[in-house]
Amino acid sequence: MSYLPYGVAIWIFLVGLYGLITSRNFVHLIICLSVVQSSTYVLLAAIGYRTGSAAPIFADIPQGTPAVDPVVQALMLTDIVVEVTVVALLLALAVQTHKRHGTVDPDKLRALRG
Amino acid sequence: MNILPPLAVALPLSAAALLAGLNRHIGRRISSLAAIAVAAATLWISIELLIRSIPNTIVYWFGNWQPRHGIALGISFVIDPAGAAMASIAGLLTLAALIFSSKYFDSIGTLFHVLMLVFLGAMSGFALTGDLFNLFVFFELMSAAAYGLCGYKTEEPAPVQGALNFAVTNTVGCYFMLTGIGLVYARTGALNLAQIGHALDQGGPDPLVIAAFTFMACGFFVKAAVVPFHFWLADAHAVAPTPVCVLYSGIMVELAVYAVARVYWTAFSGAFASGTQPLRALLVTMGIATALVGGGMCFGQRNLKRLLAFSTISHVGLMAIGFGFLDVHGLAGALLQILGHAGAKSGLFLCAGIILHRCRTVDEMELKGKTRNLPFTMGALVVAAAALGGSPLSGISVGDTMLESAARHEGYGWIVWVSTAADVLTSAAIFRFAARTYANLGPAQAREPEQPQKTEEKPETDKGSQDTPAVMFIPAALLTVASLLLGVSQGLQRFMVTAAGRFEDHAGYVRRVLDNVPVSLPVAATVPHEDMLHGVVTVGIAFALGVVFLVWERGRKSLTAVARPVMLVRDLHSGHVGDYVTWVVFGIAAFGAAALLSLR
Amino acid sequence: MKRKTRTRLFLVGACALAVVFALGVAGLPPLGHYRGPYGDVVNAISVPERHVTDAVTAVNFDIRGFDTMGEEYILFTSVMAVLLLLRKQKNEPRHEHEDHAPGRNGVETSDAVRVVSLLLVGATIVFGIYVVTHGQLTPGGGFQGGVVLATAPLLLYLAGEFKQFKKAVPRELVHAGEALGAGGYVLIGLGCLAAGGAFLQNVLPFGTKGSIFSGGTIAVIDLSVGLEVSGGIALLLMVYLEETLELKQE
Repeated sequence: MSYLPYGVAIWIFLVGLYGLITSRNFVHLIICLSVVQSSTYVLLAAIGYRTGSAAPIFADIPQGTPAVDPVVQALMLTDIVVEVTVVALLLALAVQTHKRHGTVDPDKLRALRG
Repeated sequence: MNILPPLAVALPLSAAALLAGLNRHIGRRISSLAAIAVAAATLWISIELLIRSIPNTIVYWFGNWQPRHGIALGISFVIDPAGAAMASIAGLLTLAALIFSSKYFDSIGTLFHVLMLVFLGAMSGFALTGDLFNLFVFFELMSAAAYGLCGYKTEEPAPVQGALNFAVTNTVGCYFMLTGIGLVYARTGALNLAQIGHALDQGGPDPLVIAAFTFMACGFFVKAAVVPFHFWLADAHAVAPTPVCVLYSGIMVELAVYAVARVYWTAFSGAFASGTQPLRALLVTMGIATALVGGGMCFGQRNLKRLLAFSTISHVGLMAIGFGFLDVHGLAGALLQILGHAGAKSGLFLCAGIILHRCRTVDEMELKGKTRNLPFTMGALVVAAAALGGSPLSGISVGDTMLESAARHEGYGWIVWVSTAADVLTSAAIFRFAARTYANLGPAQAREPEQPQKTEEKPETDKGSQDTPAVMFIPAALLTVASLLLGVSQGLQRFMVTAAGRFEDHAGYVRRVLDNVPVSLPVAATVPHEDMLHGVVTVGIAFALGVVFLVWERGRKSLTAVARPVMLVRDLHSGHVGDYVTWVVFGIAAFGAAALLSLR
Repeated sequence: MKRKTRTRLFLVGACALAVVFALGVAGLPPLGHYRGPYGDVVNAISVPERHVTDAVTAVNFDIRGFDTMGEEYILFTSVMAVLLLLRKQKNEPRHEHEDHAPGRNGVETSDAVRVVSLLLVGATIVFGIYVVTHGQLTPGGGFQGGVVLATAPLLLYLAGEFKQFKKAVPRELVHAGEALGAGGYVLIGLGCLAAGGAFLQNVLPFGTKGSIFSGGTIAVIDLSVGLEVSGGIALLLMVYLEETLELKQE
């Protein structure tokens, strides 16, 4: 139990990569990429956790109560919103791919070889 | 209080926001001038920081969050001469690229300049920071700007595919890096590089530390285009606008190698102190593979920009070898290589941009005999090729000498064959290009081992012109000449050796950041004498190879037989993003396995 | 590479990678045993030193505020890149926005959807502003609140037509607002520099714990980020909707 979240993070990471590599559609591929990113969130959140502690919000609990690590949460929350826009960037590329190549299948793109 | 460190980042970023806000209200000329002014100012700031960092490494705490009891709370910039030098190169190349594109480049509102300025700010921050997560944030910012700039010419099919390959592959590298950062944070509870280094010093190379280093180093190596993570680079270069390629090849990939070195020496060198020999072997092996694959692939390209991209990969291999020796002269050699390569490669790309502007293509077979009316540009191209090959007194030549001296010291004396091969192959390809297009040598059709099919490349400027604009030629010429003569000054080489010494002084770095103890100034540096004969021979062989390949039929046939393995490797460069990511996974797994087996 | 070769090569690499990963992870402290010290120090100082009850916001906008500036710029850059990539091409015919993708039959929006969406618009805006401004007190802040605010015009689109969405999100104004939000963060930092402190040093009065005006510059940065994120995401939505609805099919 104590190492399960880390195992889950590894699994999600590898599954996301598998989906990416075997993908036949760029939109699917980009979503797989965000699945891979989710694994880093699981890892970071699990690292900062402390059993039996409160959230690091001291509005209604006294200062000094044991709380979980706020630093990893801070790292994650900006990352999540930023990931949305990076995925938007990649999807814009996918849209343009469809317009220029007529397909979103990575197997069918032939413009860059050698 | 010292205000320069934050300005190196704040100035370009705020200017970018301002230009974005004024999107449709200011014309291209004003936007261009503003961008050039900001780039010049940022360059000046970086050089000032470089000068001020020489007596003592500058440490700047953002938000004035000083460390308490050895725990670093805030984010710091830790500016030593090597980092400031990288930031200065970024500023210089951005300035050159902006000047180059000021008159004719097809810009869309102010967006091109916005992205370029953000790119510059991110690169400056990346080179100057002393915090691991800050490094990651600037890495992502650099990448976001790079993806946008890569897919600039969205009207054509190839740029979109190239940008997608670039973006997906690099983003996967980013995620590996973030995982590594998470592991290190869990072990040390810190994100400041000096504090991490201090904490990891206490332990040895256990599997967590090795895995974390693997993920972080390989994440950076994806950006640095080290084999087998390199596949995306040629695709991105072939399709991105030329001024952007200047930045990619000149400084972006080099910054990634710098980052591996920085993270290693500040955070991991204490933990890996017992395993330097196997780590050296691993890093040098990757560097050799990169140098040889890059050189081999380079010679077989017919698109000039793709050719130059592979030559960048080859030289990155040499830089990786220099860092991989894990000693002072090796790193100094890598720094000199970075400097010399930045000048020569940006000169080459700017010349390619001029050719694209005048002749409306950069395909070697299409241009056969057609560059006769570009004598100055072709002259600059040839001179830059010589500088790239390590002509005597050039930056690459003194870098090679330093590298070889480190190699002999560590027992890798045979490396000289690898560095010579890389120099020869990369400059021979350009000599061949010049010979075919200017002197009209060689057969009319592409024959083996050259590529039969050409890649599409539409011009990026509004319209061609009858002569080469000065605003395009002068930056190209200046950068080329700078790279050609970089080795003249022994002072520069001594400076690089002391900078490398400071870079590798792990204990001194930790003390400076956490306890505010001034760094100790090193004794006078020993600099190996440049082997000028080597430079002459290398350039001579490269020239001969490039020209002879075209005219001597039998020579070409025997070369084709030798180049079979290279053609097999070329087939792997399929343009398919799934292939690329597979190689990334495979490469990281191999690196990790090798590290785990040899370092414990 | 053929598909099969690629998959096999990947599976080999992935298995080895899983082993490397697992060995690495085995060295972590077990779940629930976070050792610190960074997080503990931050928890201890966020109220006494900055009068801010949300330690995560204190980290984001004060202690590691420079990082958040970089992250905000990643968002800004990505939005600019999308604007660049999905720009109107010279040779692409576009027609007036239609309510449905070309080639498909339009569906009348049901009254229920219309009413509920319109009711929610006001609530969403209020809630978004609440989340943005209370970042230093409770979970929230510019990033989360900005995303909530950006969904308000989307509700307009669901309730009505693309025309309404476009009116609610005037492109140039939102673009300028987003740039202002991004540049604002840097300007606040430069302002702190001008006031004699370090870049992004918290030089404003910290106020009382628990009130909106607490945390000094944290509250101001929160607003700037909220403006930027909401503007950026609204722009993204608009550009994508334009792309889908305005482009003539070949």
